[in-house]
Amino acid sequence: MDIFLQLTVSGLSTGMIYALAAAGLVVIYKASDVINFAQGDLLLLGTYLVFFSVAQTGLPWSLGVLLTLLLAVAVALAVERLVLRPLVGEPIISMIMVTIGLSSVLRGVIGAIWGPNPRSFDSFLPAGELAFGPATLATDRVLSIPIALAVLAGLGFFFRFTRDGIAMRAIADDQQAALSMGISIPRVFGVAWGLAAVSAAIGGIMLAGIVGVSPNVGSIGLRVFPVVILGGLDSIGGAVLGGAVIGLLEVYIGFYVGHGLNLVVPYVVLVLVLMIRPYGLFGKEVIERV
Amino acid sequence: MTPSVGAASAQGSILELRDVTLRFGGVTSLAGLTMEVRERELLALIGPNGAGKTSVLNCVSGLYRPQEGTIVLTGRDGARHALDRLAPHRIAGLGVARTFQNIELFRHMTVLENLMLGRHVHMRGGVLSGGLYWGRQRDREVAERRRVERIIDFMNLEPLRSAVVGSLPYGNQRLVEMARALALDPHLLLLDEPTAGMNAEEKESMARFILDVHEEQGITVVVVDHDIDVIMDIADRVVVLDFGRGIAEGSPREVRNDPAVIDAYLGRKADAP
Repeated sequence: MDIFLQLTVSGLSTGMIYALAAAGLVVIYKASDVINFAQGDLLLLGTYLVFFSVAQTGLPWSLGVLLTLLLAVAVALAVERLVLRPLVGEPIISMIMVTIGLSSVLRGVIGAIWGPNPRSFDSFLPAGELAFGPATLATDRVLSIPIALAVLAGLGFFFRFTRDGIAMRAIADDQQAALSMGISIPRVFGVAWGLAAVSAAIGGIMLAGIVGVSPNVGSIGLRVFPVVILGGLDSIGGAVLGGAVIGLLEVYIGFYVGHGLNLVVPYVVLVLVLMIRPYGLFGKEVIERV
Repeated sequence: MTPSVGAASAQGSILELRDVTLRFGGVTSLAGLTMEVRERELLALIGPNGAGKTSVLNCVSGLYRPQEGTIVLTGRDGARHALDRLAPHRIAGLGVARTFQNIELFRHMTVLENLMLGRHVHMRGGVLSGGLYWGRQRDREVAERRRVERIIDFMNLEPLRSAVVGSLPYGNQRLVEMARALALDPHLLLLDEPTAGMNAEEKESMARFILDVHEEQGITVVVVDHDIDVIMDIADRVVVLDFGRGIAEGSPREVRNDPAVIDAYLGRKADAP
């Protein structure tokens, strides 16, 4: 039972990091119909930016986190302005392909700046352990769950109630109509990329503490796809649930069934969902599959 | 609501298109079109299929950008704005509202939400004040809501207010789209085939709404339609397009008897070089 509890906490904390990265993908998809294949690399970028902001500059954690978020937003806005905006009006597939290129470029630039070796530094979350009945839980993992949930709730709130969030939903529903209502599409796309970067960077910050900083983190980004396909491409709540399910499945199967299978299971889920319920648990049924 | 206007300002023009040319690759949609819309008139734009009627509306609302020519809007404050150089959302901000031939509504939202989005241009406030629904922001929201309720009343949409738009029958969707355009508080209202696909009864009530908007609220209206009977009934003035050019203009009666118009509709000249 104590093992089960530890596994659950570990799976949920990983899952919430997936959910943070996935929520960024959802935001961009909702605003622009573009599937951002570079979302995992924004997560990777987050881990290196926090390493830079804290370990390399020597700033205290609070300022370091702030700097990380600012840098992440700056990179995302630059990418949106220089790479994606010139493609507005082109077929969606061109914009999707360009994000694949973007993924390689981001990875390459990160490699060029920080090199291929894993880096480590003191975690932002306290590294101790919590005794919870018979189980001992890693404090950082326990803490990462409410932090991620709070950020995700903030994103959900943004969509439902703010002017830009509502404008984003309007654009997703009908771009021409949104234009004729006086909604500025460039502004909304910029906001979407900024938010996606913030959410991925927060995921990256937690990941840097829990897993460490290394180029391999980028491969975690690939898990974003099973998560969003399961939850629904256009649902923040779906990203949370999808993240939790995939994160838990990975640890349970890794422990109870066997090594190696945990690496495959997210993609098995992906294929099954596509076969049974292609728009995911909470997605709009009209979603076009790409 | 607004005092009646003198003869001078009634003659003033609110929108001027000068030598507007719009091409798509080798196809010329508008060929040096020059026309004007006068303040407080109900102007009908008619013409055979492919004459460029919708292109005119798309150029005015900024969805298309003409290669040549100028489009000048005289704003509420009397300032002149070159619409051919403004982004669509800025044009909407100047009070140019429109509907679409193929109905472009936010299908997953309710009627009320669609109309509230029409108020978007009039709402201010950032993420914090808007998000937290505080103080002035809250008063604003209530005020905006009241305006929207008036439009719902006016268009007889009360029974549908919380219905999701995508589930409504076609005729009702057209009414919602018009209501949403009215929610912008338009200075100039562009209607693209508002009665397309409607039965006789629905057409009649739509024509009624258009006349009411025009006469009671004093809004300048440009309406594109295929239904000549409706147009002839409601329009103050008619402009006839053919092959992206104006071929006639005048009162409905004048236009109906214009030989060039008869030719264009019967197609006698269509194959001439």
